[in-house]
Amino acid sequence: MSVLLDGLSLGAIYALIALGYTMVYGIAKMLNFAHGDIIMVGAYAILTLLNTTGNPYIGLLAAIIVCTIFGIVIERLAYKPLRGASPLAVLITAIGVSYLLQGVAQLVFGSTSKPVAQPGYGSVFLFGANISYTTIITLVVGGIIMAALTVFVKKTRTGHAMLAVSEDKGAAQLMGINVNRIIMLTFAIGSALAAFASLFYMWQIPSVQPTLGAMPGIKAFTAAVIGGIGSIPGAMAGGVLLGVIEKISLSIPAVSNYTTAIEFSVLILILLVRPIGLLGKKRREKV
Amino acid sequence: MSEYVLETQNLGISFGGLKAVQDVNLRIKKNELYGLVGPNGAGKTTVFNMLTGVYQPTTGTFFLDGEEMVGKSQETINHKGIARTFQNIRLFNNMSVIRNVLVGLHNQPEYHYNPFTGMLRLPAYFDCENRMRDKAKEILRIFGLEEERNLLSCNLPYGKQRKLEIARALATNPRLLLLDEPAAGMNPNETAELMEIVRFIRDHFDMTILLIEHDMKFVSGLCDEITVLNFGTVLAQGDTKTALNNPEVIKAYLGD
Amino acid sequence: MGYFKNVKKAFKLKNYANYIGVVAFLILVVVLNQFGMVNRSSVNLLNRIGYSIILAVSLNLVVGFLGELSLGHAGFMCVGAYIGCYFANYLGTVIESQFVVLFLSMLVGGLVACVFGFIIGLPALRLKGDYLAIATLAFGEIVRCIFKNLPSFGGATGLITKTYRPSFSLAIISFVTVLIMLIFVQNLIRSKHGRAITSIRDNEIAARAMGINVTFYKLFVFIVAAFFAGVAGVIYGHLNSPVSYDVFSYNYSIEILVMVVLGGMGSITGSILAASAVTFINFELQDQLTGNLAALKLIIYAVILIFMVLFNNAPSFKKLRKKLSVKEYLAAHQKKAHPEKIRDDAGAWDRIETKIKMDEILSVDISAQEPFKADSPEQGGNKDE
Repeated sequence: MSVLLDGLSLGAIYALIALGYTMVYGIAKMLNFAHGDIIMVGAYAILTLLNTTGNPYIGLLAAIIVCTIFGIVIERLAYKPLRGASPLAVLITAIGVSYLLQGVAQLVFGSTSKPVAQPGYGSVFLFGANISYTTIITLVVGGIIMAALTVFVKKTRTGHAMLAVSEDKGAAQLMGINVNRIIMLTFAIGSALAAFASLFYMWQIPSVQPTLGAMPGIKAFTAAVIGGIGSIPGAMAGGVLLGVIEKISLSIPAVSNYTTAIEFSVLILILLVRPIGLLGKKRREKV
Repeated sequence: MSEYVLETQNLGISFGGLKAVQDVNLRIKKNELYGLVGPNGAGKTTVFNMLTGVYQPTTGTFFLDGEEMVGKSQETINHKGIARTFQNIRLFNNMSVIRNVLVGLHNQPEYHYNPFTGMLRLPAYFDCENRMRDKAKEILRIFGLEEERNLLSCNLPYGKQRKLEIARALATNPRLLLLDEPAAGMNPNETAELMEIVRFIRDHFDMTILLIEHDMKFVSGLCDEITVLNFGTVLAQGDTKTALNNPEVIKAYLGD
Repeated sequence: MGYFKNVKKAFKLKNYANYIGVVAFLILVVVLNQFGMVNRSSVNLLNRIGYSIILAVSLNLVVGFLGELSLGHAGFMCVGAYIGCYFANYLGTVIESQFVVLFLSMLVGGLVACVFGFIIGLPALRLKGDYLAIATLAFGEIVRCIFKNLPSFGGATGLITKTYRPSFSLAIISFVTVLIMLIFVQNLIRSKHGRAITSIRDNEIAARAMGINVTFYKLFVFIVAAFFAGVAGVIYGHLNSPVSYDVFSYNYSIEILVMVVLGGMGSITGSILAASAVTFINFELQDQLTGNLAALKLIIYAVILIFMVLFNNAPSFKKLRKKLSVKEYLAAHQKKAHPEKIRDDAGAWDRIETKIKMDEILSVDISAQEPFKADSPEQGGNKDE
């Protein structure tokens, strides 16, 4: 049971990151490879403020601001000039941005990993096991954010505009939607979600280094694809599924070393059965 | 051997409950020029897609020279002898004009050599490639495209792209050629020229041709028989003039 | 004799430029070595350039010619390196000559990588674009994770291999391998099978309609590319010991992809040049920048990458590109015919010659056709639907 809860909370982290991937993909039709490194940026922001103020929540606030700014600036400088260029060119730029962020982080903070003080929240005895409060907070906050995002997209004008842009950019523009603003907003939201993810991820693995974003980034990307990239509920489902699989696999000694292989095999198997992911939309090319 | 090159029996397809096409019965004799006409959204291209294996029909079946084709892949159907062009031109844009036609020649048994022969440039490679090039030039000559053979196909003007698509389809050596709106976007002169080419192909290559067209002049000047589709069902069928004068057909085109 | 006539007929200097370039480079290196001007670190660099070219060209086959995005190329290299070198370790106890050992292990490493190429080619039949990209990436990570945990392959420390000595000979061997690969790949591309492969890239639906066996060619390309990546892995393993799973992460796959994209997709010469340049830059930066400055390497690399892509692709740089383009300059000065894509069909009409003289061309009698008659209105002629 505790494994399941751990898995769910890790899944919530993956889902938060995957949402960033999937929203950007849905709206800008690009793989934002640098998204993982936004988590790293957030982690350093939290770490810096944690060391000066001692309060992780001020850190979180700062991380949200910093990540959002980074997301917007990156979009403006690196991706916007390439709108309309081949997706591969955008992908390579995103990779370049990812390297750039890692390089700058290395230059500023050094390449060695820095330990993070764990919040001493203790744990609670639930379902016959000790569950740490961090797990519960992750789970609850993650759930609230995802619910809020769903409501935002479904109920608000801006949310509708986002859906419209993801369906058809040209038509949305004709309907008077400012496509550039919507794309920028998407990057901003994705990056803000990544900031939450960086705090929760630091609770899981209490150290920060420049390459921190790579692994959760790639796992979350996997989660987004499992769920069907471009689909918001898909990203949530994929993230949770992947988190649970990872924790279960890690808890079984015989296969724990092969966890990464298992996760990626699940991805390939799911794609073989459903080439568009679990909740992805099928796009039929018109002949 | 069946009397008909193409025979469809109650051919139909539905997409999610919507019957896009139903009960289409075509009988096309050898060497015939057959037209498939109808208003937009009548399901003409869908019929083509079923005949070429892009869609699998949900009801009915069809035969090419008496051989059942339903369930076969697009590639196999092409090998068996049905070639097509597309409504929205689908050329290999980043390849030269002649290479487009050479791809069409790819599966002809007389030009076969395996990849390793190609990698090592064994004598068979040169032999086949030279013969393929000659053949491709010959086909391009029919369409008046020989001069442009080394241009990228995307640099051709629209009318010539349409012609190149027909040339490429012809290169696969089909028994039945499906042309999807071959005259779309052409000016009257080009259309007239295209009619000549289509007739020429029919006579010279002993070809059976099924075409979709909106231009009624084109259809009535060219086709021996037609089938008129409306909302996925057959409205009229038979001799071109009679079918076009059918009051139902006129109603479908002109409205009430 | 007829064969040579054919060869001569097909001979165009342009088609052989890559071979000539590689051979010239090889001769230059050997001559320089004779004068003792090639030091140890340059030999190391040469070897790296050698296998990087193999990797880039083989990936270009998948990305540039078949048009499928693969992020798992390092996975094939990993398989080749581990299996090939494992085999070489065994073979080294039986066979004296290290050249024979290397040659045989290249074959084995390449062939085993082929098997994996086939396996990863299977999802490629069903998946498209980004989905395939993540599936190939996943494949690479799976392979890495498995080798990391197999004790017989050295586990976490990596597989200890016997490096090839002197490494200058290995450099020569890798460049000869490059040459052989170029012959295979370029000949393949210029054959009917190459045309079939590029037709799938250009328009898969049309390729199917033309009867191209898409399944066969996709698998074939993945297998060929995997073979050469496996061979590159074996060379890698004979240069470095231990062979560590760490190297073959998706970052390395991406680096190979970067070479391909910078060199121009579908351009073999481009891949060769870009692979050499990227490897050289990486090597030099790594050499010059140590300690805290190592971070600068990543930054410089990233900036070059972003700038190159933006410059080559951004619509807003189009004018600047045109101004700086050598091709455009030559075209303008030679007043060569410069066909432009005609977007506006109406505007193009007057440029199309209308009457072709078919009977002159093919001496086939075309019976005179009845002149056109405008349809009577009841026939619905001229109706726009």
